[in-house]
Amino acid sequence: MPTPSFDAIIIGGGVNGLACAGRLAQAGQKVLVLDAADTPGGGALTGEFAPGYRVDGLAHLVTHLDTRMLAALKPERHGLDWAVDAMATTALSSDGGHLTLNGAYGEAVQGLEEAEAQRWTALRGRLLRHTEILRPLREITPPLPGKGGGKGNLLALGRAGLNLRRLGREEMQEFLRMILINVHDVVQEDLTDDRLRGLIAFDATLGAFLGPRSPNSLFLLWHRLSGDAGRIRWPRGGMGALATALAEAVRATGAELRCAARVDRVLSDGDRATGVRLESGEEIAARCVISTANPRTTFMDLLGARQIETGLVRRLTNIRMRGTAAKLHLALKGAPDFRGADLRHRLVIAPSSDAVENAFNHVKYGEFSPAPVMEITCPTAHDPGFAPDGHHVLSIVAQYAPYSPRGGWEAGRDALQAAILKQLEAHAPGIGELITAVELLTPADIAARHGLVGGSWHQGDLAVEQMLFMRPAVGIARYATPVPGLWLAGAGSHPGGGISGTAGWNAANEILGAA
Amino acid sequence: MNDLRHHFRTPLMRSPFHPRVAAANVLNAWAPWAGVTTALNFGDVAMEHSAIRNSASLYDISPMIKYAIEGPEAAAYLDRLTLRRASGLPVGAVQYTAWCNDAGHVLDDGTLFRLGEDRFRLCCQERHLPWLQDSAIGFDLSIRDETEAIAGLSLQGPTSFAVLSAAGGADLAGLKPFRLAEVHLGPAGPVMVSRTGFTGDLGYEIWTTPDRALDLWDHLMAEGAPHRLRPVGTEALNIARIEAGFIIANMDFVCAEQVLRPDRARQPDEIGLGWMVDLDKGRFNGRNAIRAARAGDTLRWALVGLDIDGNVPAEGAELYLDGKKAVGQVTAAAWSPTTKRNLALAQIRRPWHRDAGDRLRAEIYALRELQYHKLMLPARIVDRPFSSPKRRRATPPGMF
Repeated sequence: MPTPSFDAIIIGGGVNGLACAGRLAQAGQKVLVLDAADTPGGGALTGEFAPGYRVDGLAHLVTHLDTRMLAALKPERHGLDWAVDAMATTALSSDGGHLTLNGAYGEAVQGLEEAEAQRWTALRGRLLRHTEILRPLREITPPLPGKGGGKGNLLALGRAGLNLRRLGREEMQEFLRMILINVHDVVQEDLTDDRLRGLIAFDATLGAFLGPRSPNSLFLLWHRLSGDAGRIRWPRGGMGALATALAEAVRATGAELRCAARVDRVLSDGDRATGVRLESGEEIAARCVISTANPRTTFMDLLGARQIETGLVRRLTNIRMRGTAAKLHLALKGAPDFRGADLRHRLVIAPSSDAVENAFNHVKYGEFSPAPVMEITCPTAHDPGFAPDGHHVLSIVAQYAPYSPRGGWEAGRDALQAAILKQLEAHAPGIGELITAVELLTPADIAARHGLVGGSWHQGDLAVEQMLFMRPAVGIARYATPVPGLWLAGAGSHPGGGISGTAGWNAANEILGAA
Repeated sequence: MNDLRHHFRTPLMRSPFHPRVAAANVLNAWAPWAGVTTALNFGDVAMEHSAIRNSASLYDISPMIKYAIEGPEAAAYLDRLTLRRASGLPVGAVQYTAWCNDAGHVLDDGTLFRLGEDRFRLCCQERHLPWLQDSAIGFDLSIRDETEAIAGLSLQGPTSFAVLSAAGGADLAGLKPFRLAEVHLGPAGPVMVSRTGFTGDLGYEIWTTPDRALDLWDHLMAEGAPHRLRPVGTEALNIARIEAGFIIANMDFVCAEQVLRPDRARQPDEIGLGWMVDLDKGRFNGRNAIRAARAGDTLRWALVGLDIDGNVPAEGAELYLDGKKAVGQVTAAAWSPTTKRNLALAQIRRPWHRDAGDRLRAEIYALRELQYHKLMLPARIVDRPFSSPKRRRATPPGMF
């Protein structure tokens, strides 16, 4: 290998890769980001799916964007602007009796009885207080049990502990009681309104291989809220515009970005990572290689299983990656009518916690849900430029669909599409007549398009047993790996994905600390 | 070896040699080995040990776990799996080796036979197929458990070559230790013979198929009679292997995958296998951890040979420094008829493997007519093997 011309090569120009690059470059490192796609952004992308109709290709909302990254890279100076800064959520009811949560995760609600609204206020307050305990943990390298790990990390740990203590004895007990409980029990105990129960159950299990009754499912709701405390945002121009602004901000730090540059090998001298080889055959040397690709892909395919030890091979092959979310994009020749629901809201079809659980049941047996639950956004309600005049697009995340259904997707995809459309028709009568184009992305399609093994958006199931020092696996959870010079910085690492950049930023901190 | 449909009726399987072993096992002294019933002794342990050292002995090694590792990248794979450089092993040679997990803790030791450029056989005490397969991801090869497809007899002792010659193996005079060859042994047919064993003496291991096992036994016993060949059980072999200083997995160390208490796992350096570690051959399982332990001086244990006063075997004895501070345990012990010494293998805390001098005492509880006599006997650390006769390595071997 030639003398390294870069301090760091980052595989993957998604939000994590960009965050990591920006942080390292600001610290004076010479950084090269390589992305396989034609534009940076990874799961944050916006593109045309039918002539004249554009939509966010994968992620379609922002709930977790790292505040440290925003403060340091200032993407707003490079064009980031929020079309919606606090998107409301409407839990759709098929009889038109919708329920709307405004502000950050239902600060105010419309459509609830007074007593239920009070119960909701109490539960929401408690959930957010519990979330505060976990929030400081997002921004640190996961501590190892029995070991501290860095001054800044100890501070964050102390903050988490302090937040826990500050709750007071009773609330602390309540936190500990709830920590591994399932979300169904919580909404069953604390709420009576099925629409609200369904919405909370849906949000807790969105993107997970869990149903509301699965153990630990409440933890994922905390995880979701620990980002922006439930605030939902959408960038002007879509997720792709966010990626573009972020990429520009990163370029401004001096980091170099190359797109259409797929890495097919992490090079090693037998001891440490020395650089990468591109699909084109070009080899680039660097002092360290930082992968935001799926951790299993990184080691088993890019580096090669022979370069790591068997125990790590085992742990990598045991990481559960079971995506259950499909993406449906609809082009409509008119505005759909969800029985009066405001199209600027996030629309959720999850009639009850049981409905979410029933939808989940099928995926356990390799089937998709005949009555899927889903989250719908309508970009054209905020930005008419996403479709021709008077036309609309819908971006839908539907659950649950297995990565590899019995009988295969060739046979199943039309049926899944029909099932999603049937649900839509029930909530927006006549929507079928408006459809001019459809794009369905099954978990298998998502895996193929984005390198997300198993269709897992988070590069590994979000689940308590795959969090913190166990994410992505014991021994590689602190961004460093047993291969000197090779680092992880993607969604597969703590604290997971979700268009946040936190894993990338944390990894950069760890790399700078080690440098 | 047996019909597994009736496993609940016969929880232990039978070796291909079982009919002959059972007939000779007049005291019905049996013990399980890797799920197979095996003879502890055939009536007289002293005479059996004497056969190992003074004439010739036959020991059934069929229960040993055997893996066929075959394919273009088998050698590269074994380099990554094991501590030694397997790719440097010539075809027709055998290597004593061991393998570790990521933490550098020993999973097992065993013998590696190179049967061809791309064909190896790994013999060991415990079963490891999942580990072997997980280690093989990314290599072009196949791994197969062939334990039950191969029957083996260990022919050991000063007259073992005389027995082998009489049985039709005279051509093997040039076979050096840790080498193997194919030979035709009269009615026993073609067999593979390796000059290996677990006694530290002149000896051979003879490998055949289960269907010809009894022919091999009968042929060797008939031809060996004039050379005082006799079947021996595990008890006699155990004395011989202690004299030779050999260790056994899960007796002298605990296999890392079976360890329950985390402090029981051992690195090669901690069980006397440090000499195997080839840090220059490239990446292998446990390399980083072994290197780090050596560099950081974090090794805590050592395995040593002990010469203990008196003649009471120190089995399970605790070792004390100056009679007060517990610093180790005996893992195997025997009064050695060959050396006329009271020998033991022991795990001892560092640095006492080096610094104990004459300060060690073995705490032995000798049961004498229902009462324990507690003995605190002086123990000295001595080199292993305790006994290594020249005939062990002589080529051509002596015709005693």
